[in-house]
Amino acid sequence: MISIKNLHASIGDKEILRGINLEVKAGEVHAIMGPNGSGKSTLSSVLAGREDYDVTEGEVIFNGKNLLDLSTEDRAREGLFLAFQYPIEIPGVSNINFLRTALNEIRAYHGQEEMAAKDFLALVKEKSKLVELDAKLASRSVNEGFSGGEKKRNEIFQMAMLNPKLAILDETDSGLDIDALRIVATGVNKLKSKDNATIVITHYQRLLDYIVPDFVHILYKGRIVKSGGKELALEMEAKGYDEIKKEFEIAD
Amino acid sequence: MANEILEEHINKDYEWGFTTDIDADEAPKGLNEDIIKFISAKKNEPEWMLEFRLKAFRNWQNMVEPEWAHVSYTKPNFQDIIYYSAPKPKKELASLDEVDPELLKTFEKLGISLEEQKRLSGVQSNIAVDVVFDSVSVKTTFKETLAEKGIIFCSFSEAVQDHPELVRKYMGMAVPPTDNFYAALNSAVFTDGSFCYIPKGVRSPMELSTYFRINASGTGQFERTLIIADEDAYVSYLEGCTAPQRDENQLHAAVVEIITHKNAEVKYSTVQNWYPGDKDGKGGIFNFVTKRGICLEDNSKISWTQVETGSAVTWKYPSVILKGNNSVGEFYSVAVTNNYQQADTGTKMIHIGKNTRSTIISKGISAGFSSNSYRGLVQIKKGASNARNFSQCDSLLMGDKCGAHTFPYIEIKDKSGVVEHEATTSKIGEDQLFYCKQRGIDNEKAIGLIVNGYCKEVLNKLPMEFAVEAQKLLAISLEGSVG
Ligand SMILES: Nc1ncnc2c1ncn2[C@@H]1O[C@H](COP(=O)(O)OP(=O)(O)O)[C@@H](O)[C@H]1O
Repeated sequence: MISIKNLHASIGDKEILRGINLEVKAGEVHAIMGPNGSGKSTLSSVLAGREDYDVTEGEVIFNGKNLLDLSTEDRAREGLFLAFQYPIEIPGVSNINFLRTALNEIRAYHGQEEMAAKDFLALVKEKSKLVELDAKLASRSVNEGFSGGEKKRNEIFQMAMLNPKLAILDETDSGLDIDALRIVATGVNKLKSKDNATIVITHYQRLLDYIVPDFVHILYKGRIVKSGGKELALEMEAKGYDEIKKEFEIAD
Repeated sequence: MANEILEEHINKDYEWGFTTDIDADEAPKGLNEDIIKFISAKKNEPEWMLEFRLKAFRNWQNMVEPEWAHVSYTKPNFQDIIYYSAPKPKKELASLDEVDPELLKTFEKLGISLEEQKRLSGVQSNIAVDVVFDSVSVKTTFKETLAEKGIIFCSFSEAVQDHPELVRKYMGMAVPPTDNFYAALNSAVFTDGSFCYIPKGVRSPMELSTYFRINASGTGQFERTLIIADEDAYVSYLEGCTAPQRDENQLHAAVVEIITHKNAEVKYSTVQNWYPGDKDGKGGIFNFVTKRGICLEDNSKISWTQVETGSAVTWKYPSVILKGNNSVGEFYSVAVTNNYQQADTGTKMIHIGKNTRSTIISKGISAGFSSNSYRGLVQIKKGASNARNFSQCDSLLMGDKCGAHTFPYIEIKDKSGVVEHEATTSKIGEDQLFYCKQRGIDNEKAIGLIVNGYCKEVLNKLPMEFAVEAQKLLAISLEGSVG
């Protein structure tokens, strides 16, 4: 699905990612954990194509294509989806209109016709149930005036609508109470299939009780310093990140 | 490859920039009393009309061009303009077959139909249109259908001939010839325009519209529109305009007057798309327009909605004088400036009657090196008890080379008046664009989406067909301005 090799990225002259290697196959769930400032959000931004970062070295192959050569929108159209840590508000643009535009752009990219209005609305109805999203929110402006929990649910709703191959969930658990967390996780789990993959980025292991990863990676100072199964997350939770910090202290 | 795409964009920018090769009947360049007499004679006008013109001209000669607007431009040389240009032959057109085929083609290209299509089972509403080409009205459609209801909809010249009593009574009531420099100039040299009278108790069964097209080079366009809604009458009026792409600046100085009687309502919508000049600010229309309505009697309502994307320099303040008690004035505006365009636009709401209400929603969007100013006056006169105004002026900046300014003036002479003013300035967010792109939406579409969202309150006020056109226009005007 995605193969990241020796990825280096910096902002200005500050190097943030210092050689990331990661291989994710279809059907897998990977969790990336790490203390604040280790580069988790940077990794998701770089993969999605945010222009603030310079990729200085490395290669990312996504579905056989060189991901770093693609524009942000083409990465999305190829099936990469980022659930934002802080979803953006777009006043005056209804969620529905936004999603219909997005969906049809993606379809056009794959040479498919626009989806008929009737089918689209049926899809909205079906997918909004998945995250228990109030039908009213679908017609409100994108994320405007949504509560923190609603914003996160809306991200997963969008993910369900766009049906990506690879979903990256950036700290989707932050700011969620336990009920919302459960709803979001259930939604993600229902969307899981043998043909898609998920990367869950999180600071806490709490979310991983609900979305059970096949692999856990510990990111520290821009490198993956440890990988393992789901038990690694529990281990981290118990010991905290201090040990990692001691073990992998790298002089800046 | 990249260059080709770029070029395509630049050429695509103004799709209406072609010229029509057509025989024209023109006045010599320059402005003096003889030219005014020439125009008046061409139009076979009665004596009182010529007098009106000459009086306005003498006034104008003593006036100076206003300089308070936040715009800078080389002042037009008024002796270097052709004040009358009419496509030949100008005679009474009995049918469409008599219209010059070149002219028909022009309007086809512009998407304006001069044919009166049959009504389609009530789904698609028809629009009656008066088409003004350079200095004269060439065709008014649906005249007969409207006449059955007693509605008069014709060119201004015809109104002077056929309905002199109405023209004399109302012309200059909202915009006196002495009002300002450009209104005075217009009053002296106006060549045509549209006239509309909705009689007592009649709601116009269709939307009425005027389409202005400047074609000839070296000309100015000075048209007048006069709309009168008698007691309990209602009409929704649309105005559109385009001009060829030329290196020179062409002057458009129009006057629009609206008068509403008791319980009457007029909704006036404009999509202004005059040629804005090229990427370097060369050429384009100077759009100096005076638009004003009077709610003459109680419970009447005048509503201005404008989407302004064109012109090199715009100077325009559609206003409402709220004279009747309980009358309502509204102003909904989107003004877009890109490249080197300059706009100083806004409104005046003059509260005279009791319980009068006004609403101002202004959305400015600036891109490129442009300058976009909102200038508004809310005046509550003594005795205008319980007057209410709400104003909201938002500015959206794209890039950091453009400017947005807000000049709100408020004068309250009656203690019971309440005026609320809100203003915001925001930048089109990189975050918003990134969010859209991450969902598969490209830059241009994303800008279109965000901008249309930002303007929604105003676009919602436009009649359906116009709203769609306006949305497309917004996207085109801002093409290539971010990212
Ligand atoms: N826009 C930026 N400008 C400067 N430094 C940044 C920027 N974004 C991230 N960083 C720095 O990069 C490092 C990694 O940040 P981030 O990817 O947000 O980590 P995490 O998501 O793991 O908390 C931090 O030291 C942070 O301060």
